[in-house]
Amino acid sequence: MSIPFTTQTINLLASILLLIAFAMLSQRRILSLINLFAWQGLVLSVSTFVVAYSTAQRHLYYSAALTLLLKVLVLPWLLHRLIRKLNVKWDVETLINIPATMLVGIALVIFAFNLAAPISQLSESITRGLIGIALASVLLSLLMMITRRKAISQVVAFLSLENGLFFAATSATQGMPLVVELGIALDVLVATFIFGIFFFQIRETFDSLDITHMEKLKDD
Amino acid sequence: MIDLQLLVLLLTPLFGGGLLAVFGSRRWAAELNSLMSFCTFLAAVALTVRVIDFGPQVVFNEQFFIDQFNVFLVALTAFVAFTTSLFSRPYMRIEQHHGKLSTQMLHLYYSMYQLFTFTMLLALTANNMGIIWVAMEAATLTTVLLVSLYRTPASLEAAWKYFILCGVGIALALFGTILLYFAAERVLGEGGTALLWTHLNQVKGDLEPTVLKLAFVFLLVGYGTKIGLVPLHSWLPDAHAEGPTPVSAVLSGLLLNVALCAVMRSKVLVDGSLGTHFAGNLMMGFGLLSVVVAALFLSRQKDIKRMFAYSSIEHMGLITFAFGMGGPVATFAGMLHMTVHSLTKSAIFFAVGHAVQKSGTQVMENIRGMLQISPTVGWGLMLGTLAILGMPPFGVFASEFLIITTAMHDHPWATPILLIALGIAFAAIFGKVQPIVFGETTARPLPHPPALIPVFAHLLLVLILGLYMPPYLANWYRQAAALLG
Amino acid sequence: MMAMKQTLGILFQLCQSLLVVALAPLLTGWVNQCRAWLQNRSGAGLLQPYRTLRKLFHKDAVLAYNASPLFRTTPYILFGCMWLAAAIIPIIAIDLPFSPAADVIALVGVFALARVFISLAAMDIGTAFGSLGARREMLVSFLAEPALLMVFFTSSLISHSTQLPHIVETFTHHEFVLYPSLAFAGLAFVIVLLAENARIPVDNPSTHLELTMIHEAMILEYSARHLALVEWASSLKLLAYISIGIALFVPYGIAEVDNWHALPLAITALLVKLALAGAGLAVLETFLAKMRIFRAPEFLGTAFLLAVLGLLIHFLLGA
Repeated sequence: MSIPFTTQTINLLASILLLIAFAMLSQRRILSLINLFAWQGLVLSVSTFVVAYSTAQRHLYYSAALTLLLKVLVLPWLLHRLIRKLNVKWDVETLINIPATMLVGIALVIFAFNLAAPISQLSESITRGLIGIALASVLLSLLMMITRRKAISQVVAFLSLENGLFFAATSATQGMPLVVELGIALDVLVATFIFGIFFFQIRETFDSLDITHMEKLKDD
Repeated sequence: MIDLQLLVLLLTPLFGGGLLAVFGSRRWAAELNSLMSFCTFLAAVALTVRVIDFGPQVVFNEQFFIDQFNVFLVALTAFVAFTTSLFSRPYMRIEQHHGKLSTQMLHLYYSMYQLFTFTMLLALTANNMGIIWVAMEAATLTTVLLVSLYRTPASLEAAWKYFILCGVGIALALFGTILLYFAAERVLGEGGTALLWTHLNQVKGDLEPTVLKLAFVFLLVGYGTKIGLVPLHSWLPDAHAEGPTPVSAVLSGLLLNVALCAVMRSKVLVDGSLGTHFAGNLMMGFGLLSVVVAALFLSRQKDIKRMFAYSSIEHMGLITFAFGMGGPVATFAGMLHMTVHSLTKSAIFFAVGHAVQKSGTQVMENIRGMLQISPTVGWGLMLGTLAILGMPPFGVFASEFLIITTAMHDHPWATPILLIALGIAFAAIFGKVQPIVFGETTARPLPHPPALIPVFAHLLLVLILGLYMPPYLANWYRQAAALLG
Repeated sequence: MMAMKQTLGILFQLCQSLLVVALAPLLTGWVNQCRAWLQNRSGAGLLQPYRTLRKLFHKDAVLAYNASPLFRTTPYILFGCMWLAAAIIPIIAIDLPFSPAADVIALVGVFALARVFISLAAMDIGTAFGSLGARREMLVSFLAEPALLMVFFTSSLISHSTQLPHIVETFTHHEFVLYPSLAFAGLAFVIVLLAENARIPVDNPSTHLELTMIHEAMILEYSARHLALVEWASSLKLLAYISIGIALFVPYGIAEVDNWHALPLAITALLVKLALAGAGLAVLETFLAKMRIFRAPEFLGTAFLLAVLGLLIHFLLGA
């Protein structure tokens, strides 16, 4: 029973990541949602840093710094700016049936853990069960996208999905090649800008950021 | 030499994108757009000739890989991108005259068009599975603002749906890529080489089967969203119907192919690792489902662009099914079908674009008598429709015939399903296009025939491919099919 | 030697049982005093619960004319249950003779038994408030109990046993390991503790506002010695819950049965931990606001979620 302390830390961080995913799922206020997203980024960055420290991989330090810069500082700042400009800072979303959503969430976590179980058994590295947790947080973000009706929360869900994927990449495989990580980061950044453009276009057209207005295109 | 050609191929559209970002509002922006596309096409031709002569090549520190399979898609992509740019020149000008587009929007359109070409070529030629993913995501990002170019409520909705669905789908593909890397790392060790397809291909037998199985499911679902496979297709008809017609043409003709290419790359690895028909069965299932569902939806469509979007889903399903069956003949047929579908579908969208522009609506009931209004558009639409429905002598007939005969031999149970679906599709599309072309109308004929050279060029190529397959072309396809196994 | 150990065990058991009964009102007094300080009041003093109990025991009991024997016996059953529970939990020493009598699941059962009786008694008279309180109590416990069980399961999985002494022994004798699952379980346990002991934010122990009360509504009809026993039982319950928390999450310092010398240290450690926990409870109660009764399910749902997550994480990470 002598698990190295770094592994314990990573496990703890992974659990916090999962907890934040659940917290985001049940968070009604847009502002708090964005703050939670920033916290998630911070946890992600710290865990990347810990993995980098324990495996002594130089490029993971860059990755941790990149995460800190992008996911903790730039993106939340952009989102804060956006909600201030769009005047939706204090918006509260009506979420129906949070307990049911939570139960579905738990079911998803179990599903993810089962799916990842054979892979976890293969890995003899320090970070055994983390693929399961990463997959679970990815699925939870997907669930959040389905349950949300506001454009901004959907985007936050999308970004947190990306966070879950990053966590999978750093902790389970000890980091993708740096070129790929840079490319992904660039894509995420550009996507956020485009989302920002979209918010303004949507509000201009529909007078609201509620995507329930956008359910007209259907096959009858 | 080959690295120079590849550099030209990739940098031309990138440079063009930058150039048009600066000069996109000028009067000659459309011509510049066509010129850049033409240069890209020339580079693609040079590259193709090179690869046919010298076989597969790795360039730039192994970051790029070109073999017969992707160079064939590179050539196709560059060609359709070029002809679409030719078509969009007059088309977008008329839209601007009608007041549907402003100069700024055209500016955006031109620069994004070039960048979109760049991302697709990058996705095709990249050797790094991670870079392929990045390029696919970038392809979504460049087209999403084009789909909402008209800024109508419907187009915004379509673009949002496209963005969110493809974003989610592609995120799942990233998870698949991570799993692939996870498996590869154990064999190839850490560092940059573990995501390079050529390296993966060499050690595919040693990759952990359980991981690869899961990875392939994620990759197929992820990239399958982009291919428009049922049940992940719901963004596709919206985006095609609400975006500008040139964008519909390139989405249908090119983007779907590129996504399928990424899936095929993964399939080769998974097949090598598993040694079973798992990936093929999965693809056949998705493909068959897409064909059937799309055929059933076809008859219920009222919007002409939406209808042809569903037809794209149907054909992509057919190609996926063919690749899923595997074997030299089916793969050959799949690639042939990819080619002729791209050419025919973009030709149809060109003709549809003009028809819609003339009648001012996309609702099929209100478009009538295209033959009286403009015989060129009318005949273009009619011939294109006949071609896409698989009428003999066109190339689609040849490829569909090959696919169905292979299915009859390998998977007899699937044949009746396919035939019935194709029959339904035929009845639905032909029944709707026939009155559009031959119906009566009171509208005045167009004063001058629209420039539809791209339409007839594409259709002529499809006709030639149906009648006579040049030996070197057949040989090229065969080599590519052998690569895919 | 065996006989010696047995005698010692019985001595320890007696010592613990008497200690908890004596300490329970003091803990309640301490929590109330802390709250008073935090809210800038002077407070009634640490010994106020004892004075209240004495006063109540000297009064004559008044019973409703339609009260059944059940109503009269319930305070004794309640007190008995809580005392039993407090005797089972390893509070000052690990291997008490009573401990094997019930594992954690049976412990939950003992609490449930007390709850069933108090709810029945509340409805016995037939007043509106009694039934209302009973119904709310059932709602809260219906949600809190599974969460509590999940918390127990998590610790049981880590220590491979559902016996509390075993669990405590595993945790005290281990080198320190970060258990994310246990952290989640701890959070869930705090929420359950708040709900089960009628504390803010689920219930308010110090008011008789009929719109919000749960526990107070059930005992409105009791008076004198009956009320005294019920109040004492509540204090015991709080002590028992905090002791469970201590046993599961911070058991360090607890004595072993055959070790006399460790006893003073164990009792000191216990007093310090209880004082800290009481102060913490007061802080929580001061900073949280009472929530609407219909929000309570959501609050307890969080506890359940946390406990289940802890369990799942244990399965996945083995930690």
